[in-house]
Amino acid sequence: MIAGSNGAEGDGRSQAKHVEFEGVSKSYDGHTLVVDDLNLGIGKGEFVTLLGPSGSGKTTILMMLAGFQPATSGVIRIGGRSVQDLPPRKRGIGMVFQNYALFPHMTVGANLAFPLEVRGIAEERRRERVTRALDLVRLGGLEDRRPGQLSGGQQQRVAIARALVFEPELVLMDEPLGALDRSLREEMQYEIRSIHQRLGVTVVYVTHDQQEAMVMSDRIAVLNGGRIEQIAGAEGLYEEPERAFVARFIGENNRLHGEVLLVEDDLCEVDVGGERIRAFRIAPCGVGDTVTLSIRPERIAIKPQQDLYHNEVDAVVEDMTFLGDHLRVRLAACGRRDVVAKIPNIVGHGAMMVGDPIRIGWTVNDCRALDFEGEEEIA
Amino acid sequence: MGLVLPLLIFLGVTFLAPLGTMLVRSVYDPVVADALPATLTALREWNGEGLPPEAAYEAAAGEIGAAREARTLGQVASRANRLQSGLRGVFTRTGRDLREVVEGPWRDAMAAIDSAWVDPGTWHAIRAAGERITARHYLNALDMQRLADGSVARQPEERRIYLPLLWRTLLVSLAITVFCLVLGYPIAHLIAHARPRRAGLLLALVLVPFWTSLLVRTTSWIVLLQTQGVVNDLLVAIGLIGDDGRLSMVYNMTGTLVAMTHVLLPFMVLPLYSVMRSIPPLHMRAAASMGATPAQAFRRVYWPQTLPGVGAGSLLVFILAIGYYITPALVGGSSGQLISNMVAYHMQTSLNWGLAAALGALLLVGVLVLYLLYDRLVGVERMSLG
Repeated sequence: MIAGSNGAEGDGRSQAKHVEFEGVSKSYDGHTLVVDDLNLGIGKGEFVTLLGPSGSGKTTILMMLAGFQPATSGVIRIGGRSVQDLPPRKRGIGMVFQNYALFPHMTVGANLAFPLEVRGIAEERRRERVTRALDLVRLGGLEDRRPGQLSGGQQQRVAIARALVFEPELVLMDEPLGALDRSLREEMQYEIRSIHQRLGVTVVYVTHDQQEAMVMSDRIAVLNGGRIEQIAGAEGLYEEPERAFVARFIGENNRLHGEVLLVEDDLCEVDVGGERIRAFRIAPCGVGDTVTLSIRPERIAIKPQQDLYHNEVDAVVEDMTFLGDHLRVRLAACGRRDVVAKIPNIVGHGAMMVGDPIRIGWTVNDCRALDFEGEEEIA
Repeated sequence: MGLVLPLLIFLGVTFLAPLGTMLVRSVYDPVVADALPATLTALREWNGEGLPPEAAYEAAAGEIGAAREARTLGQVASRANRLQSGLRGVFTRTGRDLREVVEGPWRDAMAAIDSAWVDPGTWHAIRAAGERITARHYLNALDMQRLADGSVARQPEERRIYLPLLWRTLLVSLAITVFCLVLGYPIAHLIAHARPRRAGLLLALVLVPFWTSLLVRTTSWIVLLQTQGVVNDLLVAIGLIGDDGRLSMVYNMTGTLVAMTHVLLPFMVLPLYSVMRSIPPLHMRAAASMGATPAQAFRRVYWPQTLPGVGAGSLLVFILAIGYYITPALVGGSSGQLISNMVAYHMQTSLNWGLAAALGALLLVGVLVLYLLYDRLVGVERMSLG
């Protein structure tokens, strides 16, 4: 529908910005900031997901972009133009809502024709474009049904088709899959991604589901307390978290807290429960600061061979769970009893028993010293 | 099922039975036929031209005397009087004076008592009143009459009362329905989409008058609207009208319209409110995101979804208005009277129950037709009363 780039792996940083937030803040009561100094650029054809827990401000950002909420301060630009005084209907943005917001008194065809009708597009072209949009979401021939006669997944497809039918260059989706069951959700994730790749539209997607974000997005902005903690691709967020919140929110990780003993360029040594651990220094910490060390469970090696790992400590097996493709082992180490390691179920992973004393190890690359979030959050 | 039996009996005794008897009464009137059977038989020989035969006079003389003894003459006289005014007096006088007449010829004797007895019209009236099953109440209610030759014609213009009144009732009810819709729609929308606390307060403001006695509300309108009332005082005080130009807003049509609109407003607001509350506010946002102006979004998205409530509220208000009695009786004066006031008049004052029943039946038919029309156009199952 939209001519132009394939957009699929479009890199926002190298292209002209389609959407820009510059120092945008939002407060409802004048005291607490729901969105705090947001700076974000989104390239044309890019798929960017705003990911965060509830209350992180992700929906507010979307509503400001759509024009339903005014920003308290800052500038929002679409296509290089400030949209401060532009009402929602003039922004030309397609929107998909969590509960679809299909009009129950209209047929599917009339729902899809609505945005074309209010734009004064002639009847004949309207019908043609409605048919095309329905074919796009694989619902051809259902024009005369009412939304109430469709399944949840079909209704969501209609909602997506309706957001695309007037050929917007920017589409916003506010947790569109939240009301669907798990298998349908996964199917729809791939479908949305494929539609995005075919049309090359810019998509801003809001979700609290990290897996959903990772499946579809070019880039993911992880939000917490109204601020972007980190914005990167799925791999970047997982492999190179820059904030303790991101490491905790994306995937599973072990968090070890300790005091910095030594700083050496981008490396540091941290005292964790009496062990000296060497780590990548991500947070700008100095000697004496408290940091959080983040280690992914699958990067912890059991009974490491000498000299391969920069860190090696003693541990005791506390608990083991067999999970098919991997073995999940809970260990007591570094003064904690909640260190988790995932051991892939491959030949010769070695037999262990609960209570066995073993050695574990990990490289300095897999151990990142991040900001200290406080102990109480790690429940 | 057994538990609804008391209700069914209650409805049967207090609603269906009276309704049925009234409907029967509108077409069945045996009083004259029972009192003057021989006279009516004799009149069957009469071709309607000139005067009836002597046999009819003889029978009439005997039966009028008997009716006087049985004290039913008054009822007979009042029924004949409805068909031709003046006959009440003729019957009473004849009944009284005939006692002194002992033998015929009866025609001359009765003519001597009252010259009406040599007027064929009198006998036509008696013959018509003698019909046991009769359409005359309905003809009457529709401002029509049966002429001497048996054909049906409209009443002369100056005697047409009920059709204009039915018309007026219809128009007033329609106007009140429109007023209620225009006034009620925005407030229902406000309540439906306000925050819970504020919605509760607003809803209470709508409901409190609803819980106040109808009489109190109606008389309050008299206080407000009368010539020396609050509204006029205010208008004079702010100089909008002069003291000698006070508006007459009560005891006329204005009073009826204002008071009835106020009284019936909750019946419009409540169904609208319940329907509007089920419309997600997100729909308007969705419409705006698709490029619709607020007016387009309202017309295409919001308004169609409120139609079940509009239909229910309008039907409710209209049906209530069309049969409303107390408020027009109190604030309507003479120009603000509705058909129901005429029904009451015939029930309580003129005691012409047959006519009252016929008028009531016409109203009932009107409401049923409307209901069926609504069902055909919108579907009753889509109606939501909240």
